Amino acid sequence: MQRIGVFICWCGSNIGGVVDVPAVAREAAKFHGVVYSAEYKYMCSEPGQEMIVSAIKEHRLTGVVVASCSPALHEITFRKNIARAGLNPYMLEMANIREQCSWVHQHEPEKATKKAIDLVRRAVAKAGKLEPLFESTIPVTKKALIIGGGIAGIQAALDIADAGNEVVIIEREPTIGGKMVLLDKTFPTLDCSACISTPKMVSAAQHPNIKIYTYAEVEEVKGYIGNFSVVVKQKARSVNSKCTGCGTCWAKCPTKNIPNEFDLGMSMRKAIYIPFPQAVPNRPVIDRERCRQFVKGKCGVCKKFCPTDAIDYEQGDEFVTENVGAILVATGYDLIDWAKIYGEYGYGKYPDVITGLHFERMVNASGPTGGKIVRPSDGEQPKTVVFVKCVGSRDEAKAREYCSRACCMYTAKHAHQVLEKIPGSQVVIFYIDVRCAGKAYEEFYLKTLHEGAIYTRGRVSKIYPEGNRLIVKGADTLLGRPVEVVADMVVLATAMIPAEGSADVARTVGFTVDKDGFFQEAHPKLRPVETNTGGVFLAGACQGPKDIPDTVAQASGAAAKIIGLLSHSEIAGEPTIARVNEAMCSGCLACREICPYRAIEPKEIVERLPGKQVTRVVASVNSGLCQGCGACTVACRPGALNLKGFTNEQLLSEVDALCL
Amino acid sequence: MMQQPIVIDDRKSDLSKEVLLHSAQDSSLCFQCGKCTAGCPVAFAMDLTPNQIMRMVQLGLIDDVLNSQTIRLCAYCSTCSVRCPRNIAVADVMDSLRIMAAERNIPGTDRSRKVNIFNQAFLDTLNMFGRSHEVLAMLLFNLRSYQPFHNAKLGLKMFNNGKIKLKPDRVKAVNEVKEIFQRINRLRKGA
Ligand SMILES: Cc1cc2nc3c(=O)[nH]c(=O)nc-3n(C[C@H](O)[C@H](O)[C@H](O)COP(=O)(O)OP(=O)(O)OC[C@H]3O[C@@H](n4cnc5c(N)ncnc54)[C@H](O)[C@@H]3O)c2cc1C
Ligand code: SF4
Ligand code: SF4
Ligand code: SF4
Ligand code: SF4
Repeated sequence: MQRIGVFICWCGSNIGGVVDVPAVAREAAKFHGVVYSAEYKYMCSEPGQEMIVSAIKEHRLTGVVVASCSPALHEITFRKNIARAGLNPYMLEMANIREQCSWVHQHEPEKATKKAIDLVRRAVAKAGKLEPLFESTIPVTKKALIIGGGIAGIQAALDIADAGNEVVIIEREPTIGGKMVLLDKTFPTLDCSACISTPKMVSAAQHPNIKIYTYAEVEEVKGYIGNFSVVVKQKARSVNSKCTGCGTCWAKCPTKNIPNEFDLGMSMRKAIYIPFPQAVPNRPVIDRERCRQFVKGKCGVCKKFCPTDAIDYEQGDEFVTENVGAILVATGYDLIDWAKIYGEYGYGKYPDVITGLHFERMVNASGPTGGKIVRPSDGEQPKTVVFVKCVGSRDEAKAREYCSRACCMYTAKHAHQVLEKIPGSQVVIFYIDVRCAGKAYEEFYLKTLHEGAIYTRGRVSKIYPEGNRLIVKGADTLLGRPVEVVADMVVLATAMIPAEGSADVARTVGFTVDKDGFFQEAHPKLRPVETNTGGVFLAGACQGPKDIPDTVAQASGAAAKIIGLLSHSEIAGEPTIARVNEAMCSGCLACREICPYRAIEPKEIVERLPGKQVTRVVASVNSGLCQGCGACTVACRPGALNLKGFTNEQLLSEVDALCL
Repeated sequence: MMQQPIVIDDRKSDLSKEVLLHSAQDSSLCFQCGKCTAGCPVAFAMDLTPNQIMRMVQLGLIDDVLNSQTIRLCAYCSTCSVRCPRNIAVADVMDSLRIMAAERNIPGTDRSRKVNIFNQAFLDTLNMFGRSHEVLAMLLFNLRSYQPFHNAKLGLKMFNNGKIKLKPDRVKAVNEVKEIFQRINRLRKGA
């Protein structure tokens, strides 16, 4: 039989001003199992807590009910409080008589008092059924794994490694760097993108605590917070670690005219190649679909010339297992394939209609045109350049509903670059809104205005060729008049979408995506770098469209969280997780399908029946993975699953106390 | 007229620059917030709002701007200039546009044409006497706008009450004022 103590709080006048607190305390004293009942002005204060401690000792209480504010505010306070008196911290039940009573019934004190009594009765009923729960301890592997080696992944890797932890980066391209290394200059300061990102790539490569897998992908993830086991697929590079990056092979390779993905097809590469000269690692890969040795079965030129015998045509995919304590996903973004969607802009048929990323490669001094802005069709310098913003963004009908956030700023940057590099040029920017919310962003936009960029409020409805030029039809909604621009080149600011294969990453690692396919953070405001899965964090454009300052800030934020996690050699596991009553479990495993955290696994047990032994399958809960959501308990038909601290029996006793 | 497309091609307009030279105001800075229009006491009578004028200057729509009533109806009260968040003296832009229209002998239409005639009549009396002379200015305005008896009753009443005088007041240095006018004319021709 439980010996329950009830403590009713006034919360100053918050509760006491409406609810007749002494009356509630008097009523509570009569409830079944209650041996002590008291009230106090501020239960959470030092004297209030002392009062609970001494009552527990004096009246040999086995369970405690505190009727006060929301458990979200003070459950932990009171758990610690009763633990000081030697009780199991989970022998506490709270009744929320503030948010759920006095605040919402300010004008009906009598009813509020009655309701408070009911709420306390409910809590007492549950307290009678409570059982001690014990936190488990989970050991933590002091190593982090980062998926995606863009600026987000690199920044986080450096932060985590500098704090003394080992880091593994998995990048699927042959080099790390992500989109940032493609860019020319970065807003709002216009510093050169490569100058600030390549040194970081090199630091990551040289860091003693960082190990980088490029041309690799995550194949499988098992385990839970503190103890993940990740299988990494190292795709066959056909070049082994003896390579020194001397460059002989791609100089000698006889293939040519293979569009280089890094330059979005605007430059050519060989079958053995590095994406760009500053690639990290500086080790080539063989594109087996283009290599003559693989396609025709004969060539071997690179192998012949390689001074270190690094070429290995026989190399196969390799699988490596990495054991880590935390995972950071930083897989970034891709740009929407506008050509498939926007017939009115020519379905990609007109060579002089390009995207912002093509433009970046073009203005980049180390890009395919050596920094010259030219028309792809004839290599001529354009005089009038039109920019169209929100292509694929803010367009529910055709593409995405959201704003891609970086394009207003990079379009202002591109406009500035055209006006600066091409004397006498003219820039027209079609926009719906100009969104420049960031430090020094508005100033940057105004500078571009001042330089003479013609901002025209309206969405372009048609682009068509006339002679060797393009007619861009839009409107000036401020004047209420149609606008026609005779343009030489059109640059589309296309929507950022989750990187290709993001959904697979989410599935493999085991966390959720939002309605647009971006990775879902645990809380949009308060937990922006965590996923709903313990030990899995996120950073950068994979969580939503973002520019570099925001990406880096989020990456460092995620790194701080991971450093915090890895600073413990073991962590406490929540005891309020699901438990299987194996005797009742029928082994249907309906729960396994329901569990969003993949915490339920089948397990074989041996049962002794009269005269024989049988082996059968039952569900088993992985205590590291279970997040205590309770979904499985609803799915279980025989009622074998119970959430500790919220068992069916406990919940029913509450219902009875309230409704009977 | 308003539905004609605005065509932006290689013939780049210098309107924005010309306005800058005249008024020292950079109209490209305007981001079309509309505050100038919201505060303008004359906006109700205008054919284009002040922010539309600013926008048209940016786009180089010189004919629309110089033929508008707005630039002549503007009272140069400068409410817009004081309120503009981009620190543009919109009233000075209006003034410059008036001058530019006059230089090109664009007379304006309807009410704005009359404003022009009135301004000229006022300046003519100034030129003659070194100081304005209401009766003559009214007379000139009436004759030039083909409405000889316009406001005649009101004029008589004002005369009877001693508010206006037939005989002009002359400043002593009439010739110096005349000299100013001549100099402006010389400068204009030279420019
Ligand atoms: C035209 C244009 C101009 C821009 N200009 C600017 C600017 O001037 N200033 C600014 O602040 N921002 C700018 N941005 C935005 C900037 O590109 C992004 O903010 C930044 O690149 C985001 O970094 P990230 O690391 O999150 O993603 P990314 O750069 O996309 O990096 C993600 C990395 O993850 C890898 N990856 C993806 N999927 C997997 C997988 N399944 N497994 C392993 N690896 C994977 C990718 O290969 C890539 O290396 C611009 C964007 C565009 C389109
Ligand atoms: S594979 Fe051989 S030839 Fe090619 S870069 Fe490496 S060391 Fe040089
Ligand atoms: S950032 Fe600007 S251009 Fe990009 S979608 Fe948002 S409003 Fe449109
Ligand atoms: S100066 Fe002219 S445009 Fe400006 S508020 Fe006054 S009347 Fe309107
Ligand atoms: S107040 Fe200034 S910025 Fe706003 S519309 Fe008028 S001129 Fe433009």
